[in-house]
Amino acid sequence: MATQQSGTSDFINNLGKIYGMYTGGFAAFVILLAILEQVGVPNKILGFLFVGFTIVVYAMIGILSRTMQVSEYYVAGRQVPAVYNGMATAADWMSGASFLAMAGTLYVLGYDGLAFVLGWTGGYVLVAVLIAPYLRKFGAYTVPDFLAARFGGNLARFLGIVVLLAASFTYVVAQIRGTGLIAERFLGIPYDVGVFVGILGILLCSMLGGMRAVTWTQVAQYIVLIIAYLLPVVIMSAQRTGIPIPQLMYGEALQNIAALEQGMIDNGLAAADTIQRHLAPFSSTDPLNFFALVFCLMIGTASLPHVLMRYFTTPSVREARKSVGWSLLFIFVLYFTAPAYAAFAKWEVYENVIGASFADLPNWVYIWGASGKVTLCGAAAASLEAVQQACAGKDVVGLADFSIAKDIIVMATPEIAGLPFVVTGLVGAGGLAAALSTADGLLLAMANALSHDIYYRMIDRNAPTARRLVAARIILLGVAILGAYTATAAPPDILALVAWAFSLAAAGNFPALCLGIWWKRCTTAGAIAGMIAGFGTTLAYLVYTAPPPLGFGQDLIFDIQNISAGIFGIPIGFIVMIAVSYLTPEPSEEMQQLVDEVRRPSGSVVADRGRAASA
Amino acid sequence: MATSNQEGWWSRTKGLMIGCLIVWAIFGFVIHFFVDALNEIVILGFPLGFYIAAQGSLIVFVALTFFFAYRQDAIDREFGVAEDD
Repeated sequence: MATQQSGTSDFINNLGKIYGMYTGGFAAFVILLAILEQVGVPNKILGFLFVGFTIVVYAMIGILSRTMQVSEYYVAGRQVPAVYNGMATAADWMSGASFLAMAGTLYVLGYDGLAFVLGWTGGYVLVAVLIAPYLRKFGAYTVPDFLAARFGGNLARFLGIVVLLAASFTYVVAQIRGTGLIAERFLGIPYDVGVFVGILGILLCSMLGGMRAVTWTQVAQYIVLIIAYLLPVVIMSAQRTGIPIPQLMYGEALQNIAALEQGMIDNGLAAADTIQRHLAPFSSTDPLNFFALVFCLMIGTASLPHVLMRYFTTPSVREARKSVGWSLLFIFVLYFTAPAYAAFAKWEVYENVIGASFADLPNWVYIWGASGKVTLCGAAAASLEAVQQACAGKDVVGLADFSIAKDIIVMATPEIAGLPFVVTGLVGAGGLAAALSTADGLLLAMANALSHDIYYRMIDRNAPTARRLVAARIILLGVAILGAYTATAAPPDILALVAWAFSLAAAGNFPALCLGIWWKRCTTAGAIAGMIAGFGTTLAYLVYTAPPPLGFGQDLIFDIQNISAGIFGIPIGFIVMIAVSYLTPEPSEEMQQLVDEVRRPSGSVVADRGRAASA
Repeated sequence: MATSNQEGWWSRTKGLMIGCLIVWAIFGFVIHFFVDALNEIVILGFPLGFYIAAQGSLIVFVALTFFFAYRQDAIDREFGVAEDD
């Protein structure tokens, strides 16, 4: 124990050196693969090396971080410095969908897609100002743990777990599905086998060391994913504009897109009344839905348990606050690059594909057409013959003839820029890192709630440490297998599932967390009624409007899209919570003192005293 | 610690919270109501309304979060409720 402690602090003191060496090692590995490619090693082997090497490194970190201490397992011993927790949170946060499909969504939707960029960053202001530092002071192991302490016990805890599972399970299924798709595309292995490999990678990272292992793996995964995300678009920007700063230079791409759009209309390649201009706001949605979506994504961000629990790991409240800033900075790097990806890809398509004769199509169209990700005239663009057959009677490609799947914009960029396969492999490794790191965090959030909140707090309060940690691992394994099973049973569009999670978490958790900290008068009955009302309303709207088989496919209310269901549930949650609180007696003096202690940074962690007292 | 001290600290904390949320609301929502008008201004090829949604607001959010951490810590220290360094 003593040696483990000093080993840990050696590790913490040398983090900069360790991750610096890791980053250098990763760069050397990429260069080595680039050389191997030049001497003629086939792409398939390079793909396997990329995926294999990175998963082995993550698993090694996971195994080295194994622990048998409860606080290490649940909150990484509360000694993760702000900057590293920021990187881990960024990896935790940015899902496979953010990495692969965000740019594609912006490509398809133009301005309207920026709702996602705004929502998924702005929410961190709420995390920092309203919630995270206070939960850190309370010292919970899980979000339901705090709800139970503030709102009188196991009913609030149970509701917190319901919200957590509802928000996390759909989300984790999307991540597991993402790992399977990436493995399928890069390694050519069947999707089901890819899912299995992915879940193995996830479990190796999280099972032995819990939060501690996941933290240090996520830092490593952030480094891989951000390098992989930036490199192709930086090179593309240098090729197209001469300056390798895509975030500044895509203004030129935007101007070209606007000019090419006008050109297509003038040449009859696109219809003036149906073309969706990239820069035009509210062309695919109305302002009401745009802002409702921004709102739900922001509140959802501040309510997702797997994000909030990352701030339980910092050494102090002060570090927790700073850490939110670092998280947002690291997340910002990706999200302010995504619109540049979209703009450069669209520039390429409008310049070299739309209006081109079929014989002159660039090669990347066929590379991605083979798997049906690029279609022309409704058919997979597998070869020149296939395209000519599908588009019989046309001379050139019209705008409406061309379609590209939104999750390949990032992956196709290396080929569009004419870069060697090693860059494509790097992007694959980055996408995998993004999906794995988010899945790690989500699985841990669910398994921790089940093992700490249900097993330890509700079933066996006297369980010894060893048994608690064994239970935590068995539950983690069980949740992972269930997630993998669900992912292979073909769920709908990734992004839709993830967006459900935001509205559900927002309506279920946000009013209770916010008022629990900021309003002493909030009572147990109020919180419970508000959580049920908010979560219930949101879930009802999702099921009522979702197309079958998920829901009843009924008409929208006030034209609010299904994805923004939280716009009904969040205010209802607040109103019910406040109203019922006023109808019930004021919380006890002790409870008000607890709230005071949670608010005040100085003094010891609140939950630890409760734990000592009950032990 | 005196109770009035505690109340002074909490009212300053609330003030900072409200100030931060106002900035958040302006750059998260209000400024985007005027996207069409802002798009008339073009800088380096970026229509301003588009730019604010794609980058400008994000930069404000990052800066605001760090500013909040700095200000709240200063308030905590002033009222003696900060953690030990």
